[in-house]
Amino acid sequence: MAGDVETRGCVSGIRVAESRISRLEMLQRPLVVTAQVDLVLVLVSVLALWTRLSHLSYPNAVVFDEVYYGQFVSLYMKRVFFIDDSGPPLGHMILALGAYLGGFDGNFVWNRIGAEYPSSVSVWSLRLLPALCGALCVPLVYLLTLELRFSHLSALGAALLLLLENSLIVQSRFMLLESVLIFFVLLAFFSYLRFHNTPDSSWFRYSWLLLCGASCAAAVGVKYMGVFSYLLLLGVASLHTWNLIGDQTVSVCVQCVCRFVCLLVVPVLLYVFWFYIHLSLLNRSGPHDQLMSSAFQASLQGGLSRITQGQPLEVAYGSQVTLRSSASQPIPCWLHSHKANYPIRYENGRGSSHQQQVTCYPFKDVNNWWIVKDPGSQELVVGSPPRPVRHGDVIQLVHGMTSRFLNSHDVAAPMSPHAQEVSGYINFNVSMAAQNLWRVDISNREAESEVWKTILSEVRLVHVNTSAVLKLSGVSLPDWGFRQLEVVAEKLFKGHSSSLGWTVEEHRYGISQEQKEREAELHSPTHIDVDRKISFWAKFLELQWKMLTVKQEDSEHKYSSSPLEWITMETNIAYWLHSSTNAQIHLIGNPVSWGVANLSLLAYQLLAAVYLLRRRRGFKDLPDGVWCQFVRLGCVCVGGWVVNFVPFLLMEKTLFLYHYLPALCYLYLLSPALLEHAHTHLLSNVTHRRALCVCVAAMLSSVFLSYRTFCPLTYGSPELSANQLQGLRWRDTWDILYRRR
Amino acid sequence: MLSWTRAATYRAPASVANAIEKGRRFASHRVLLMLVVGLSFSTRLYKITEPPHVCWDETHFGKMGSYYINRTFFFDVHPPLGKMLIGLAGYITGYDGTFPFIKPGDKYEHHNYWGMRGFCAVLGSFLPIFAYLIVLELSQSHTAALITASLLIFDTGCISISQYILLDPILMFFIMAAVLSMVKFNQQRHRPFTAPWWLWLVLIGVNLAGALGVKFVGLFVIVLVGLNTVWDLWRLLGDLSLSLVDIAKHFLARVVGLILLPLFIYVTIFAIHFVVLNKSGPGDGFFSSAFQSRLIGNNLHNASMPEYLAYGSTITVKNLRIAGGYLHSHWHLYPEGVGARQQQVTAYLHKDYNNLWLVHRQDNNTSQSGTPDLVRHGDIIRLEHKETTRNLHSHLHEAPLTKKHFQVTGYGTNGTGDTNDLWQVEVCGGRKGDLVKVLRSKVRFLHRATGCVLYSSGKTLPKWGWEQVEVTCSPYLKETPSSQWNIEDHINPRLPNISLSVLKPHFLEILLESHIIMIRGNSGLKPKDNEMNSKPWHWPINYQGLRFSGVNETEYRVYLLGNPVIWWMNLATLGLYLIMVAVASVALQRGFSLGPKRMEHACVLMRGGGLLLLGWLLHYVPFYTMGRVLYYHHYFPAMLFNTMLTGITLDILLKSADLLLRPPYSDWLQRVGQMAFLFTVLYSFYLFHPLSYGMTGPLAHEPGSAMAGLKWMDSWEF
Repeated sequence: MAGDVETRGCVSGIRVAESRISRLEMLQRPLVVTAQVDLVLVLVSVLALWTRLSHLSYPNAVVFDEVYYGQFVSLYMKRVFFIDDSGPPLGHMILALGAYLGGFDGNFVWNRIGAEYPSSVSVWSLRLLPALCGALCVPLVYLLTLELRFSHLSALGAALLLLLENSLIVQSRFMLLESVLIFFVLLAFFSYLRFHNTPDSSWFRYSWLLLCGASCAAAVGVKYMGVFSYLLLLGVASLHTWNLIGDQTVSVCVQCVCRFVCLLVVPVLLYVFWFYIHLSLLNRSGPHDQLMSSAFQASLQGGLSRITQGQPLEVAYGSQVTLRSSASQPIPCWLHSHKANYPIRYENGRGSSHQQQVTCYPFKDVNNWWIVKDPGSQELVVGSPPRPVRHGDVIQLVHGMTSRFLNSHDVAAPMSPHAQEVSGYINFNVSMAAQNLWRVDISNREAESEVWKTILSEVRLVHVNTSAVLKLSGVSLPDWGFRQLEVVAEKLFKGHSSSLGWTVEEHRYGISQEQKEREAELHSPTHIDVDRKISFWAKFLELQWKMLTVKQEDSEHKYSSSPLEWITMETNIAYWLHSSTNAQIHLIGNPVSWGVANLSLLAYQLLAAVYLLRRRRGFKDLPDGVWCQFVRLGCVCVGGWVVNFVPFLLMEKTLFLYHYLPALCYLYLLSPALLEHAHTHLLSNVTHRRALCVCVAAMLSSVFLSYRTFCPLTYGSPELSANQLQGLRWRDTWDILYRRR
Repeated sequence: MLSWTRAATYRAPASVANAIEKGRRFASHRVLLMLVVGLSFSTRLYKITEPPHVCWDETHFGKMGSYYINRTFFFDVHPPLGKMLIGLAGYITGYDGTFPFIKPGDKYEHHNYWGMRGFCAVLGSFLPIFAYLIVLELSQSHTAALITASLLIFDTGCISISQYILLDPILMFFIMAAVLSMVKFNQQRHRPFTAPWWLWLVLIGVNLAGALGVKFVGLFVIVLVGLNTVWDLWRLLGDLSLSLVDIAKHFLARVVGLILLPLFIYVTIFAIHFVVLNKSGPGDGFFSSAFQSRLIGNNLHNASMPEYLAYGSTITVKNLRIAGGYLHSHWHLYPEGVGARQQQVTAYLHKDYNNLWLVHRQDNNTSQSGTPDLVRHGDIIRLEHKETTRNLHSHLHEAPLTKKHFQVTGYGTNGTGDTNDLWQVEVCGGRKGDLVKVLRSKVRFLHRATGCVLYSSGKTLPKWGWEQVEVTCSPYLKETPSSQWNIEDHINPRLPNISLSVLKPHFLEILLESHIIMIRGNSGLKPKDNEMNSKPWHWPINYQGLRFSGVNETEYRVYLLGNPVIWWMNLATLGLYLIMVAVASVALQRGFSLGPKRMEHACVLMRGGGLLLLGWLLHYVPFYTMGRVLYYHHYFPAMLFNTMLTGITLDILLKSADLLLRPPYSDWLQRVGQMAFLFTVLYSFYLFHPLSYGMTGPLAHEPGSAMAGLKWMDSWEF
């Protein structure tokens, strides 16, 4: 560990230069290694590793959100595709890497918190990477404070605050992502500041900038929340660049381009690269296939691709097809019909056509098959050579099992009376004429006469008589419609909507002339074998879009909290309770450090306001260098707190206390630096300074004491009695569990 | 205009030649201004009475104007000033408030509607004039001002939106007037505390109050003025020639002019609103019982009813949350999967016979002769829904939306149910045996079997619940307004009625209550499933307009859509502006020596343009975070700022022609550019003017239509 060269009086006592050799001797000796080791840094690192890594495999049970992330780790091990809206894939992949190194085979059912791990699962390796990241945050904070140009004592203070923060320890010791996120964010800021502080001459410093870009990409890749810190860093960097442009003594073009590449291009490419790994790892079909488009599904092994492999590409007259709605809301489904008619009268007294129902059905079924027919001929088989259907052609669709024609007419649809009913029509009923012609409108066509393609083309079926468009309304029908989804034709053709699009999913050329044969043919599975691929970019864009738009049911959680409660630590989260004893783990912060953090935030704002107003009136309380240092501290620390806290006030999703931890880390950076500022620039009197030192010492020891006090809830051992637990309930709103015996 | 002349004379220079030059410029300024005024009024007032039927939202705002004339109380999500002005305009021009404004398309016939439309059109006509003056003030260039004015005068969207009885022209009038006063006020910064300085300060305040009084969108211009003021004060603070006392004076003057005065006017508007609307009307149910007792014709006004709640009475029960609604039930069951399939119980904001409940003892001996017994604190009662004869019931099923509460249903027939129908009456702050006072007592209903308390969560039920408000039984017994109810109507023929002149609420209480209800109403305007939703990104690209009148070929159609040429030019210029500012500021930062002319241009771009860009951002970006339903016309205030920015940017772009060519040619290029611009605007207006002034005949996608070939985007519906 090579430390900093500069020495300051106050810390020289604990810094040791391993070998100090005079210049003369150096010339005489051929090979010399000079190393300086910052022992303080080593010490805090060791302590951090010890607090984060000791007894890592206790408790040997699923703790809190491990139940959530664990399932994805299992899916990685089995290489099964999934989609998770909570964040980009890098975080999951890091967890999965730990599992892979520990030889986890994915065979564990993550179904409830508190379930015991079997001996085959290496719990230690599952939790190792987040814990390492959590431990490395401590030396990073130390180094970051030095880069902010504060003293080693401040750096030590910040490191100690982080080291003794119970909530950070808890969050690091399990298979969770916050510690990884915090690590990358701190690394990004540290490497950026190191880059900024290194003298201009060396090209080597750009490797720091590159590291900064990479850790930004990693932070965003772990959780979307990383974006906030990334934007802040970009803001700081662009401010520096702006000043650089103003410096007329240097040429700036190359420097600007370098910064642009390292801080914008590299992160974006790396972010995409995470997805590339993700998608190349997960190549088997799985539980979330249904959310993706047919083309995407066909690119996964098993599932749809097993069915669609080797299908004819071009839809021709006589083709037998299943049509999947492009909308995955409310659930993915296929155009369907069955031997049941619309009721003559609905509950509300409106009448219907009493023709056969056409619905959308969310399961594979033989009744999902339709045959594409040329209105001008009676043939239901594919000619030789096949005549492909093109954009703009008019077709009829015949339901395979019941031979009804897909039909629409000026009758109000059952659930959406503003739209037209869609029915299966057969010429028994003389009172209504057939209106069963549909025009094929390929919405993602590249040429005007494009052929209708399996899986790739998204078509709209436009009703020729009324120019209404076949649409999935998304409403489920009542009992008479077997609760399937309603399909209508809607006249008001407004803009783009995925509920208007339909894709051919299963497809084969029909060969049976007779109805009986055809039914047998429809029952038989589809066949043949050709590979069909979509590009990585298409897959990436679709996956990213789905991840951002898929909304899971917003569930209220027992331990959820609102952002304003975080500042005062109004709530805690119970992570784990031993199945028979009172041993338990809670996410509770160190209340003393929490208070210190809030106070320093307040103090900085007050101080900044006073300084600003006085400077504006021409009183320069601080020399320019110190003022710059003070502003930089505010930009990074207070700015970091603001960007990681304020956005949550506007969010409507379920939030937890652990969302506050990144913001908290910034405050722990701020507190010691602010104390140092007060010590050197605000207090001139020696007694005052001494008093401050005493206060700081008292504060640090109380931080340590409260850390010790909450240790049983942090590490889950030793077990406490109900009375002791009651004593730890410092706030009435905390929820600590007792087991009655 | 007055102060401009004064400012011009102030600056009268010593030299005569200069004076003549000034005079000439002043004359030409006046000519140009008259031209703008003339064109603006004539385009807006042309065909003002066409079509002679109700168009689009006239059905709301016209109706509300009528309510003011009839002095009938109503509820709307916007503050009252706009509708008051519409009502006033109608009243002055002889409209008698009798037209019902039921739905768009209704013919006005003999009703006098031109006054209301004309009033809106006149205010709308001021927009190009204000824009002209603002840009002139910011850029000191007549060309820029004229470009802006011509863009606004010939924009079909601005014309259409000004020609009908809508709030938007009034809102935009106040917004632009506030911005104009602000710009003029900034100009007076070297002569603080003089009469014009005070005049513009006061005008800012008045117009801010006006903007906020019409729609809450006025908040955005308040933020704009606020930021400008903060910046201004910061500048003053840095001026070391001013003493702290001077700065305090500046600060106080702004507090008075920009905070206290608008607040006072805004409150006064509401005071007038409440004084004028003193008759009961369709808005009563949204408000608390206390509020309703103010309204003539409301059954609570000078009400007389039995004073204490008694057994056998028919009552309505209102929740004490603001906009809490009446306890309500109807012949519909909870759908499958939502608790037990029993009859729905909801909270409903409107007065309705389904809000009536009968008070019974727990044992079923109802018909007693003589004076009925009174209900006391701690009594066990049963509430029977009068219309469906079901009892108010709760059980251990989870409530439909608030999953931690229990479901409340209507159960039993003809008042016969089970023990889950029993509720204990508790008067808040009362003791056992206290009587329940009608209207004044806060009552809680505790469910006997489960111990929960009757509660209104304030969440709107989905379609199966007719979008009424959820009622639950809460196991958390904290006393909140959501779990407190009062007895509002009380009918019992066997008890003597006592007049209740109680509850006159304080003015500030009314003000607060109506604001909370307005804000709730605003956020309650959720997009409906079947309607096409307008998204904020649609607006600047002019993606889709709004049908003001008429759908098919035979009807007289008006379609609100901005002149696409102008709107797309605005959008392109926005990008151009950003590039120009970026280039200029990099050049300045890098210390390149620019000539005085370029310096001036850069200054105008950054100061004036920056202000306008900020205005555009403030009036546009917040819509992205809004959950309520959005419409195309919400973009118009932002569009005004965008257009002014276009004026400044294009002017400077053309003036920078000498970067390309040498002087005589560059002047020619500049002239050619200006001519081409003018021609484009005029020709596009000629093409698209039927959008505003009415189209009949076939739709644009059919041959033979007047608009054939002009449907440039599929999403336009004309």
